[in-house]
Amino acid sequence: MLTLECPYCGIMADETELSPGYEAHLKRYGPGSTDAEFEAYMFARKNPKGVHFERWRHAYGCGKWFLAARCTATLEVFGTYPAQTSGPPPHIIAAIKARRPGWEAGQ
Amino acid sequence: MSTRLSTGGRLIDRTAPQGFTFNGRPMRGYKGDTLAAALLANDQMLMGRSFKYHRPRGVVASGVEEPNALMNLGTGARLEPNQRATTTELFDGLIAASQNHWPSLDFDIGFLNNHAARLLPAGFYYKTFIHPRAFWKHVFEPIIRQSAGLGKAPTELDADRYEQAYAFCDVLVAGGGIAGLNAALSAATAGQRVILMEQSAHWGGRAPVDGATVQGQAAESWIAATLATLAAMPNVTLRLRTTVAGVYDHGYVLADERIADHTPGDGRPRQRLWRLRCGQIIAATGAIERPLAFAGNDIPGVMLASAVRDYVVNWAVSPGDRTVVVTNNDDAYLTAIALKEAGLEVPAILDARATATGDLPSRARAMGIRVETGKAIAKVKGGKRVTGVSVCVQAGEGAVLHDIACDAVAMSGGWSPVVHLYSHCGGKVVWNDALAAFVPDTARPPINHDGRPMVVCVGAAAGHFAADAVSPGGGVGTDGAISRDANPAQAIQPVWVMPQGAGIKLRSKMWLDYQNDVKVSDVQLAAREGYESVEHTKRYTTLGMATDQGKLSNINGLAVLAAALDVTIPQVGTTTFRPPYTPVTLGALAGEARGEIFQPLRRTPMHEIHEKAGAYFEPVGLWRRPYCFAQQGESHADAVAREVNNTRQAVGLLDASTLGKIVVKGPDAGRFLDMLYTGVMSTLPVGKCRYGLMCNEQGFLSDDGVVARLSEDTWLCHTTSGGADRIHGWMEDWLQCEWWDWQVYTANLTEQYAQIAVVGPNARKLLQDLGGMDVSREALPFMGWAEGSLAGFPVRVYRISFSGELSYEIAVPASHGAAFWAACVTAGKPYGAMPYGTEALHVMRAEKGFIMIGDETDGTVIPQDLGLGWAISKKKADYLGKRGQERTYLANPDRWTLVGFETLDGSVIPDGAYVITDGTNANGQRNTQGRVTSTYHSPTLNRGIAMGLLLHGTKRLGEVVQFNTVSGGTVSAKVVDPVFVDKDGVKQNV
Ligand SMILES: [Zn+2]
Repeated sequence: MLTLECPYCGIMADETELSPGYEAHLKRYGPGSTDAEFEAYMFARKNPKGVHFERWRHAYGCGKWFLAARCTATLEVFGTYPAQTSGPPPHIIAAIKARRPGWEAGQ
Repeated sequence: MSTRLSTGGRLIDRTAPQGFTFNGRPMRGYKGDTLAAALLANDQMLMGRSFKYHRPRGVVASGVEEPNALMNLGTGARLEPNQRATTTELFDGLIAASQNHWPSLDFDIGFLNNHAARLLPAGFYYKTFIHPRAFWKHVFEPIIRQSAGLGKAPTELDADRYEQAYAFCDVLVAGGGIAGLNAALSAATAGQRVILMEQSAHWGGRAPVDGATVQGQAAESWIAATLATLAAMPNVTLRLRTTVAGVYDHGYVLADERIADHTPGDGRPRQRLWRLRCGQIIAATGAIERPLAFAGNDIPGVMLASAVRDYVVNWAVSPGDRTVVVTNNDDAYLTAIALKEAGLEVPAILDARATATGDLPSRARAMGIRVETGKAIAKVKGGKRVTGVSVCVQAGEGAVLHDIACDAVAMSGGWSPVVHLYSHCGGKVVWNDALAAFVPDTARPPINHDGRPMVVCVGAAAGHFAADAVSPGGGVGTDGAISRDANPAQAIQPVWVMPQGAGIKLRSKMWLDYQNDVKVSDVQLAAREGYESVEHTKRYTTLGMATDQGKLSNINGLAVLAAALDVTIPQVGTTTFRPPYTPVTLGALAGEARGEIFQPLRRTPMHEIHEKAGAYFEPVGLWRRPYCFAQQGESHADAVAREVNNTRQAVGLLDASTLGKIVVKGPDAGRFLDMLYTGVMSTLPVGKCRYGLMCNEQGFLSDDGVVARLSEDTWLCHTTSGGADRIHGWMEDWLQCEWWDWQVYTANLTEQYAQIAVVGPNARKLLQDLGGMDVSREALPFMGWAEGSLAGFPVRVYRISFSGELSYEIAVPASHGAAFWAACVTAGKPYGAMPYGTEALHVMRAEKGFIMIGDETDGTVIPQDLGLGWAISKKKADYLGKRGQERTYLANPDRWTLVGFETLDGSVIPDGAYVITDGTNANGQRNTQGRVTSTYHSPTLNRGIAMGLLLHGTKRLGEVVQFNTVSGGTVSAKVVDPVFVDKDGVKQNV
């Protein structure tokens, strides 16, 4: 059972307080998009062994969605940050690179 | 025979005798005994029968690793099967019964299996599954069901209660032996919050039994002093009888405390499940001695060497008068010495090693014990009890040199560190040749959220066996804190089969897994049949899959497999250790969540009134809603029919409080709702209501409900009863994660309002009698809403209808719900008002052809399938689900679409029935062209009505189709319009 820090409350929240929202930083494709774009948006999800960005909601706390960068293999958490961003902020990228030197954003 | 010695026994209190029964026979033991010790003291070596062959089995171990001595404990509401006699503390009045035998422990018919062992080889179950098929069903399964199974399942509700506790600490130390106590002291002295848990009822582990010295002191006095220091520290919590059962992500730990197992019925909770969040876990979990694989190693009286000396030293129990010790290491010599010191006979120590030159062998020889090096047991003699051993050379094939008469055998194949907690959450283990054991790989520990190692092993769990090596201040943080083993012991010599050249006859009597009856020959057969992976071999042979999870058998089995495959042990690899370390009873996992408080219930403000009115409730999510209000002598079906008729002919009252109510407010609220709903909500005038549909991004219908515009910037969205939380979460998801620059605020007000539907031709009259606001057709037309007061209650009245009748849904603050309901009941009396439940609601909506989320939808249905195209805006550029609905599969004209069905004979179509068509599919199943989604008896029409999805449905009105039924027949039904009652919607619009 994971613990993630809610960036709004500033507390370490048990997984039982959270609800998962799967992959973060997806771009929505609506009417006018091609079949390939829509398929990728709807169904193609990364499933990396390693660094991954996820959406979580502090459902039984403040109710806010936030994003988490963590390693799916070791469960190490590199950081959490508010959901109002289209990509991981620099300090999160730096935290990941400090722990995973070979890693590049966008992988 | 096994017996109680006249002196000694460090854990027993001879002044406190305890009476107990075993298989109905009264026996006596002492306070401090385990059940196993007390049974041995009563010469009860035979304690059970094995799972497959029903071979007689005695106790092998003295702790949690025991595979054989499993008991049914207690009776009636306190009966619990599969309890290890070795960890069960004796108490006065304990009732124990052995398992796996019929008709009696001494004479067991299932033992016949033993003589048919040839027919029950490795993979027996799988082989019988395959060939021949009929044999499995008619021959094997009935026999296996008769003779298999562990213990008896209780038939009564558990009389005990269980509780759960939450705790946090910087350091959790699992195991209260020398290493654990030392680690706890170090961490506590450094100021950390420490919890120390020990699974047994005693601190100190096995050091006192082994006569160890710690930091220059006798173990007993070091333990007492350390414990006193820890107990005085405010940052230390000490728990005995508490097993750290599992380590999970990010320092989450489950531990099981047995509070009153040994004092049943004393009023305390029986067990307490600890849910811990720990900064770091120190596994001071010790090691488990391994058996040796020699022929007849399962005959009662053959025990682990460490268990033999535990019984002698801790409980003053002699397992036998003459005990032969057989070993491949120095440690077992301690057992010979302990036996000799207790005045018992040790005819010989058979040491598989060519030489035995360590301190302990020297001591044993000095005591006059005969040490035979390079020797092995060819076979053990005896049936229900050891009578002797035949000796051979370890290097040979088992030619008998001579026999030794004895009534017990103490064996040691070396020690396996208990690395379970290290391994539970991803820590890796590595083979250590010098120890002939897997030890924690400190380079690959389980990782905490911050990237630091989460579990550290110390002491024997890390492969450091000498208690004397524990250094002050050590034990925290790093493996190196406990200095390397300083014991001048001679190295262990791995011995996996004894003698090493044993033929098949001997190998098929060498047990690896006692509980599941897996022998050396079974693992070798699996290897010959092509099993190379240890995980596959384990499942094929069932090695290590019994309740002891292979604590004794895994390493030996692995080694035998490696040898059979001609590879090294690390090449075969090890199986993954999974929680729990020892079984945790379901009662502890459930805790208080049983009976009435199994889950939280949601009750509407009128719940108690409904109860008094005799409502029959049904669950709707966590809500409990009245299904119907049956009167005296009425069946539920009668009640539903009466409620429908009364509502359609007079007036009915429905508690609609569970309906989801979400307020959406802000400058961008209209724009937001236009994205959320398939229709247009931004143009809805203040004071009006509009029906809306919500889809997910794939386009599938997700929820529906009526939206009311409360003010220029405020909308109230009604959702389904089960959907309120989900839809509120859905809204927040889009607002927070996609359109975070839109200014919209949402609040789920579901529980803030009670809502009552007043429905039927007399509804207006009832409201007019309540008085306080104009509810006329002109002032409050269909699909309008108004705020005001009724009978003095502040109300918001919506003119919406889910029944087709004249209908008002009235929201009042939740605190007024019960009083307002009562006022409606009173005012309704002259008009024949009666409450109705959810079933009448469903019947009436089906009569009107209104869809229900979850009936007409199942996550694969789009609004267009349901004839709801009118509720989808063609003008909007975008809404959630629009792009998904444009996919070819969903735009296909061959999709099944909503129609009504009328059976020709008036019967009710069975739930879930399919419309059949010609031919069969690839699986030989009848082809289908539609299915029923809602099916009821209509009291209004006095016939069966149904809605369903049908290929090209709307083009086939008037056609007769066939539904299948459960009994195999068919029902003929005419395809009709789904609106059965008041097709023009006249009644609701008056
Ligand atoms: Zn929060």
